[in-house]
Amino acid sequence: MSQITVNEAIAQAIAEEMRRDPAVLMFGEGVATKRGELVAEFGAARVRNTPLAEGIIAGTAAGAAASGLRPIVDLLFAPFLCFAMDEIVNSAGKLRYMSGGQFKFPMVVLAQSGAGWTVGAQHNHNLEAWFVHSPGLKVVMPSSAADFKGLLKAAIRDDNPVLFFMDLALGYQAGEVPAGEQLVPLGRAATLREGRDVTLVSYAKTVHYCVAAAETLAGQGISAEVIDLRSLKPLDEAAILVSVRKTGRVVVVHEASRLCGVGAEVAAIVAEHAFDALKAPVRRLTGPDTPAPSSWPLEQAFVPQADAIVAAARELVGTREYA
Amino acid sequence: MQHSVQAPSPLALLETMMLIRAYEEALVGIAAGGNAPGTCTSVGQEAAAAGAVRALAPQDRILTNHRSAGHLLARGADPGRMIAEVLGKRTGYCKGKSGSLHISAAELGVVLTSTIVGGELSLAPGVALARTMTPGDDGIVATFFGDGAACEGVFHESLNLAVVWKLPILYVCENNEWQAFVHRRETMPMAYVRDWAAAHGLVAETVDGNDAEAVQAAAARLVARIRETGEPAFLETLTYRTRGHYEPDDQSYVDRTELAAWQARDPIELLANRLRAAGRLDDARLAQIRARVRAVIDEAVAFANASPYPEPAELFTDVYA
Ligand SMILES: Cc1ncc(C[n+]2csc(CCOP(=O)(O)OP(=O)(O)O)c2C)c(N)n1
Repeated sequence: MSQITVNEAIAQAIAEEMRRDPAVLMFGEGVATKRGELVAEFGAARVRNTPLAEGIIAGTAAGAAASGLRPIVDLLFAPFLCFAMDEIVNSAGKLRYMSGGQFKFPMVVLAQSGAGWTVGAQHNHNLEAWFVHSPGLKVVMPSSAADFKGLLKAAIRDDNPVLFFMDLALGYQAGEVPAGEQLVPLGRAATLREGRDVTLVSYAKTVHYCVAAAETLAGQGISAEVIDLRSLKPLDEAAILVSVRKTGRVVVVHEASRLCGVGAEVAAIVAEHAFDALKAPVRRLTGPDTPAPSSWPLEQAFVPQADAIVAAARELVGTREYA
Repeated sequence: MQHSVQAPSPLALLETMMLIRAYEEALVGIAAGGNAPGTCTSVGQEAAAAGAVRALAPQDRILTNHRSAGHLLARGADPGRMIAEVLGKRTGYCKGKSGSLHISAAELGVVLTSTIVGGELSLAPGVALARTMTPGDDGIVATFFGDGAACEGVFHESLNLAVVWKLPILYVCENNEWQAFVHRRETMPMAYVRDWAAAHGLVAETVDGNDAEAVQAAAARLVARIRETGEPAFLETLTYRTRGHYEPDDQSYVDRTELAAWQARDPIELLANRLRAAGRLDDARLAQIRARVRAVIDEAVAFANASPYPEPAELFTDVYA
């Protein structure tokens, strides 16, 4: 096993898949400039700079995907997805169904979001739930270098459009990545830590805060299970329910705002299918319903931190003791 | 690869246009009877569809919009499967999941019919890119859209990308004067969409869109050029939508004088009269064609009516590959 950063894991995944399959190509604003090693190995036809026009980048990917290629497009920062919503949601997501299954759309859309770079609201917006709400799409948002690599490889091989969100703060974070071919299947959560008293469900950057919180909680005699969803669509409902049936308590943590967010879905799934196992109400810790601020302390306050997770978990465990 | 796209005989062009007209009139009737959703017809625009589609070779691809019936029929689509699709039947080209607005037929090279105005323009470069990256493939892509779509930003994005990436696309703008219920005079400062296209550095032509032979000749010329250079080209067909935006539509907003002027230039009559004058068509021959077209459409309607609806379980299929 080697230690590589998330950015390196992404680069490895793309290069390996392009090597494996000549139908894989990549384009976007500055892609060929920033990924010179890919141009050198695969040529200018397969690694392309585009005009500054996100709609046509995504639409071209959809058209290419429907015609036998497997494009990866880099749309840079997630808020720019607003320019590409039509092509991703109305075309890539719907045309398979509308054509009665005549076409498939094997494409990957990369976008960065999340606090950590103090870039402000027009470059930082966690809008993954928009795409989860759109039929025909898949949505991935990993937290570790190994998962970035394994999930991106799986996304490139998937025959459906995949939104692949990269949390900005994780780019330079290093992690163990197994050598060789390691695919991480879409739609399967990872249980990062086993526990008995409370389940912490999260994805992307806040997974790490959950792990830190679980350690603190362990020191206080509370055993927390940590689940990293990794894929938001398909969502690993079974992993959530198995854990809740074991612990009876759930804290869902994400950086995107709360209303109609992924946390709301997790809470609803638990209420629908494991209500009898619940010993306390489900708690959600999320970003606020505000644009993301730029100033560092405000930006940090925007993201649910480990101490808030610890407090929420303690409250839930307390609910049982004093109920 | 060699292509000998036979210039279609004028009689074949005429019959194609008559088939399109009969198909759409049949749908108008079905819709009026309450048995189908209102569709967007292309009555008055048949020459543009027949002329351009028949300039393409079998390996070429087509992307179109909500007014797609003419393109599909000119390409050889089965009217029965098309009406079945409109009626939501399982035998339709898209198993009843498209309806009249988004029919695509992979087997005919008709991909990705979009009814998001301009959607076809955003997908076309990708389809063309795939062609350029497939060794030995010299197929081109033709995409059909209206003057309304040309007002969408993606029109400019699409043309720009096609030019800088040298993508083999024939852009066919069917300028029918209307953008739903708005005359294009209100929304476009210029007389021709061609001028916008030319500004992107494409070869751009305007042609009388009611003259099927002129459209066919212009399209064939541009298609040959695209195949030779690999670069995109733009063809604007000047025509008119003589029925409403969709069925039913009382057209109360339409200038009667303008409508009458265009009706007097009906593309089917235009070609029929020309052929008559040249001694290539007489009443008996015309009646023969009309009867043949009628029979095809009657059979198509009967097939569609007799076809089953999809099972409710079909709701969940074809979402993911
Ligand atoms: C993005 C989008 N906006 C609006 C509409 C509603 N709409 C459907 S057809 C149409 C008019 C399109 O005009 P044009 O592109 O000139 O094509 P035409 O109908 O004249 O053939 C409109 C506004 C739509 N389908 N998609």
